[in-house]
Amino acid sequence: MSVDQPVLSLSDVDVHFEKDGGGLNPFADRPTIRAVDGVSLDIGSNDVVAIVGESGSGKTTLGKTAVGLQQPTGGSISYRGQDIWAAKKWRSNPSIPYEEIRRSLQIIHQDPGAALNPNRTVMSSLAAPLKRWQPDLGSEDREARILHFIERVGMSPPHDYAHRYPHQLSGGEKQRVALIRALLMNPDLILADEAVSALDVSLRVEMMDLMLELQSEFDTSFLFISHDLSNARYIAEHSGGRLGVMYLGELVELGPADEVLQNPQHPYTKVLKWATPELGVDEGPTEPPVREIDIPDPVNPPAGCRFHTRCPNATEQCRTDTPPAANVDTSGNHHVTCYRATDDDAYWNSTPLDGATLASDETTHDD
Amino acid sequence: MSNTSSNLHERQSGSSTFDSQSSDEDIVLECRNLSVAFEMDRGTSRVLHDVDIDIRRGEIIGIVGESGSGKSMFASALLNAVVSPGRTDGQVTYHPRDGEPVDVLGLDKGPLRSLRWEDISMVFQGAMSSFNPTMDFREHFVETLDAHDYDIAAGIERAEELLSDLYLDPQRVLDSYPHELSGGMKQRALIALALVLEPEVLVMDEPTAALDLLMQRSIISLLSELRDKYDLTMVFITHDLPLVTKLADRIGVLYAFEFAEVGDTAEMVRDPKHPYTRALLNATPNLDAPLTEMRPISGAAPDPVDVPTGCPYHNRCPMATAECEDIKPPMDAVSETHEVACHHWPDVDDEIPLSTGVQK
Repeated sequence: MSVDQPVLSLSDVDVHFEKDGGGLNPFADRPTIRAVDGVSLDIGSNDVVAIVGESGSGKTTLGKTAVGLQQPTGGSISYRGQDIWAAKKWRSNPSIPYEEIRRSLQIIHQDPGAALNPNRTVMSSLAAPLKRWQPDLGSEDREARILHFIERVGMSPPHDYAHRYPHQLSGGEKQRVALIRALLMNPDLILADEAVSALDVSLRVEMMDLMLELQSEFDTSFLFISHDLSNARYIAEHSGGRLGVMYLGELVELGPADEVLQNPQHPYTKVLKWATPELGVDEGPTEPPVREIDIPDPVNPPAGCRFHTRCPNATEQCRTDTPPAANVDTSGNHHVTCYRATDDDAYWNSTPLDGATLASDETTHDD
Repeated sequence: MSNTSSNLHERQSGSSTFDSQSSDEDIVLECRNLSVAFEMDRGTSRVLHDVDIDIRRGEIIGIVGESGSGKSMFASALLNAVVSPGRTDGQVTYHPRDGEPVDVLGLDKGPLRSLRWEDISMVFQGAMSSFNPTMDFREHFVETLDAHDYDIAAGIERAEELLSDLYLDPQRVLDSYPHELSGGMKQRALIALALVLEPEVLVMDEPTAALDLLMQRSIISLLSELRDKYDLTMVFITHDLPLVTKLADRIGVLYAFEFAEVGDTAEMVRDPKHPYTRALLNATPNLDAPLTEMRPISGAAPDPVDVPTGCPYHNRCPMATAECEDIKPPMDAVSETHEVACHHWPDVDDEIPLSTGVQK
């Protein structure tokens, strides 16, 4: 295996769901939900990628697909060069067995309360995966290892916590147990899907600090999914990782976290930045910088650029044509899918849609 | 308890609203010694403790606190809606624009029912469960109007206007069932329903917490437009301090079931004086603050059965002294529009610098 091979590689991944409909008529058109459409993303070792987007943007589906819990309907996804879904097939003779891939890709869910069995103590919940994957580990070693982890995440005294049930833990403590359970498998990648969103604001920084600390200690990569740009920024910028923005199934902007935030190129990234509360008091409430408040139905995503129905800068061109992915700078790390990042005259000479304008009124746009 | 002089010195006479210094001190809701307690096996759980606060006509006041700080109890107590076996003590007085003051906690069932919705209306967090899944939105509006003997045709017209104020298509929404709308649309429809009887005060408990950030911010800007258009007073309860700074004129911070600090939004953001408010601001992830400066708050919020003596924050406070352990700090005026319950607030600038990147 070469050193620079990514841990996880998604290439042109589609996930489409067929929606129930049409009643008893077997010939009725079943509407297709395009949850993820044409997403490519490489995650290296010890890498952190944070994905942000609204409800309905497909970010959770993308995360599940990345760790092999959801089979893509198009494109491929491979772990260290081995296609995950090919490895699962019977008699496929993969270079990396499916079980090992499964163990290397772990997940922490949004609701830590629902992720832990209420009838099991912390010790018992944490021992189960170890028994399954490392059956030759003696029970004393196993306990010692679990206790070490419990103490490591700041729950002290560990013996006391090990014998508690989930209802005897606070939300933050439950999330820590879920984090330990993922880390015990010594994974290469952890998917954290809204892992701090359910916690109180004052606990989020603490939890994210812990994740970052353990990430560098265990050389784990993180795919961090959130609707909250400030949480995503905290994780991604602290670890020098990347920030991706999803809209209606597409990854519309991806780049180094500080660059995406300092110099956002996609109008939607700017909208998300507007939506993130900052502590300034100089400006009062402002009008939302979108033409429509609600996200369109992913069953029938708009043609052309999917953001054109809400975009403050959309033109006739955006209504019909899909913008290509463009490099923002020469480094090639920052990509955006928007005509505004190109010199395409077809866009710049096109008529703005009702309520939209070609001019950028954002102060963040610095050219 | 000593936490009484919550509203500076000029209104000690209580019920009269005319002895204040200016006409914009027109009070719509007046709370005095407001407490809520639950009897439990292991003792009395005091989930709201001797709260004094005045809500001014036409203002938007943000009430901020962590989980378990008593903020939802404050909302329920304002409407005398604390569920049994909870006990509400103290006084809540509603001053209608014209007419006699109303003692909210002393009202009988019937008048209380018409006070809620018609004068003071409430929006809860769970818009998803506030609607009957078998009724379309038109029926919800009709039912509400009918139950309060309002003219239905005029009411539906008002509902249509409210819905379009909230960026919804009125005809589409009125003919939809709850499952047909997204969470953000339902939450906005619920706000329209709460306003259809033309209340004066709108109390909202975490109205945006289950929504994503873009929808939260959009609703926030719509709310301040609604306030201007319909002359509303709003009480906005949330755990999200940065969000409420975009909306509120004043902010009150609850800690351990009472107010730690109340002040104008600008003062609360630029120069809060309570160590807890500062810790809360420093702990909040945001886009501007230097990353290295964000710090979690150490320790846990107090148990309502066993609130520490003295200042309830003393065992988490880096500035605490022996005085804080024994003597409960009274509300002290920092300026005419800002008060704080802390013995050491003059020293807070040196001890706990703000790291939010906001200029004073």
